[in-house]
Amino acid sequence: MQELINRAKELLESGEVARVLGWKAGDLPYNPEPAYFEKAEDLKDFVYNGFCGANLSKYMIEASKLEGKTMVCLKPCDTYSFNQLIKEHRVDREKAYIVGVGCKGKLDIEKAKKLGIKGIESVSGAEMTDDCDTLTFQTIYGEKSVAYADVMLERCHVCKGKEHQVYDEIIGESKDTKDAERFAEVEKIEAMSPEEKFAYFQSELSKCIRCNACRNVCPACSCRKCVFDSTKFDSAQKANVDSFEEKMFHVIRAFHVAGRCTDCGECSRVCPQGIPLHLFNRKFIKDINEFYGEYQAGEDTDSRAPLTNYTFEDVEPSIVTERG
Amino acid sequence: MYKIAKENLSALFQKIAGEQELYLPVNISGQVNFAAWTEDANVDLDTLKSVKSPKDAFFPQSENLYTVTKEDKKTKIEPEALKNQNFVVFGMKACDVKGVEVLDKVFLADPVDTFYAARRAHGTIVVMACHEPEETCFCKVFGVDCAEPVADVATWMVEGELFWKALTEKGEALTKSVESLLVAADGSDEAKVEAERCAIRAIVEKLPYSDLSLEGWNGDVLLDKFNSPIWEELYKPCLACGTCTFVCPTCQCYDIKDYDTGHGVKRYRCWDSCMYSDFTMMAHGNNRTSQMQRFRQRFMHKLVYFPANNDGMYSCVGCGRCVEKCPASLNIVKVIKAFQNQGGEN
Repeated sequence: MQELINRAKELLESGEVARVLGWKAGDLPYNPEPAYFEKAEDLKDFVYNGFCGANLSKYMIEASKLEGKTMVCLKPCDTYSFNQLIKEHRVDREKAYIVGVGCKGKLDIEKAKKLGIKGIESVSGAEMTDDCDTLTFQTIYGEKSVAYADVMLERCHVCKGKEHQVYDEIIGESKDTKDAERFAEVEKIEAMSPEEKFAYFQSELSKCIRCNACRNVCPACSCRKCVFDSTKFDSAQKANVDSFEEKMFHVIRAFHVAGRCTDCGECSRVCPQGIPLHLFNRKFIKDINEFYGEYQAGEDTDSRAPLTNYTFEDVEPSIVTERG
Repeated sequence: MYKIAKENLSALFQKIAGEQELYLPVNISGQVNFAAWTEDANVDLDTLKSVKSPKDAFFPQSENLYTVTKEDKKTKIEPEALKNQNFVVFGMKACDVKGVEVLDKVFLADPVDTFYAARRAHGTIVVMACHEPEETCFCKVFGVDCAEPVADVATWMVEGELFWKALTEKGEALTKSVESLLVAADGSDEAKVEAERCAIRAIVEKLPYSDLSLEGWNGDVLLDKFNSPIWEELYKPCLACGTCTFVCPTCQCYDIKDYDTGHGVKRYRCWDSCMYSDFTMMAHGNNRTSQMQRFRQRFMHKLVYFPANNDGMYSCVGCGRCVEKCPASLNIVKVIKAFQNQGGEN
């Protein structure tokens, strides 16, 4: 982390960048927030550890409109989102100085809480200098240790790898934390009967409170004005009137980001109700892979995406009726 | 005071639900929220906080107000029926109950919100003391004692037994209806509950937010706070989602819309969030045009405007749900602290 701070200081002081976009230490051991630093002395609050899960790519849409360059800290998986935003002309590559930061897997404090850890006073084992094998929590109710992997975000279990897809320089070591199959959960749902599928989605989506956090955090949801925020409809984007609306919202959103979603997992990370929203997107990714060949959104900035391209090998629309 | 063994609680719930609706914390797909009791509901009284506050019981996220139908050339307006059946909300926490007090100030003041008033009149609240408060809790700051909760019935869960004390007429009536399942508590039980109170209070003292100071937050500082440059810094990570407002026990803003059913209109209301771009949208446009203004609104309302209009009562109760759920790790505590760190001038 110190290396990162030193470099940020250098870049700010030389005037190469006008601001640094990173994370600021929180007031609890696990709640750092995305933050801009404009002065070298402000960097005393800069932090980068296992709790910095937020993908800062989307903030770069606004930062691209500001005067001067922004140094942005991107983890390997975040860089896919940034690339995709370049492809969609939503960020300005010239306005970004990308520091690819090392990553050893990011943490989900909710998972720790589900393991019965509460009254947290301090956490050790989540710093970038740590091995990130074990986390130790000092709590009001005593000390508790858990395996790092047991508190990792879902997306880290299907890690896309240690490579940054776009960067100006890299600071820090990364670790491939993949220990699960990316499409295993999707396959489980595919194997369900229609009734079971319906019951599963009903149960998950009925928890939705229409907070729109999944949409607002999503780098692929970068419309200036979302259709759901239109005041021209009778239905409201904030009303969980019945199960119909919640389902439509999530299904429509999944369709809209299909082929552009990099599977960054932010939707599931921020959902206050723990809905595994990434599964919708992952189903689309799996289908796209099967129908049009392997494709990873955000891997590059200039290829034509399967859903916006046409080739003679494209799958026939009848696949839908044949497959059921 | 009465008591009932934890393993007999399902019989208690069955008994209550036999006579009236019963809402309590239920685990659905891994998350605990207040829901109607059913025989196979996965009741969870151990999780300290439900994701959403229980305010839905009195002020549901969405509800119909009236329906307009057209027959021939006549227009018929049918108001939605008011709640006329008694119900029980079991397992609210002291902060949640304080949240209802805040809502009362809004909805029971003139002009009275009849939908809310009917639910308040028919609802009986059974509150539970917080056995193990967590680091995100700061109810003490707002004068809430989670060791000695106050509602229609107060309860404490101590070593596998639920201690039960009716505090109001409604509470007495509920107690009477389930008396056959309760056992009278004796002197040693009183001692157990007292020990639990002491233990809870000792933990509350250790919580990191318990010493948070509200100095400088009241109705008299309106312009100082409103015009502070700090907001410009604070709002930046905000994603403009409505998580904080929708998990909050005191957020009370709502929108009213008409839904065209194809053969009539349903006028409904739903919670609104000051974080949303269409919040308070009017014919002339919106009076808060930037996210900074929307962000500021939420905290000014809770810590300045509300106390200014309600004899100093804040519209935050320190439940800490926003602390836990904000996707950008922003929350009211960080806002309060940011102003504190700026020294006296703000």
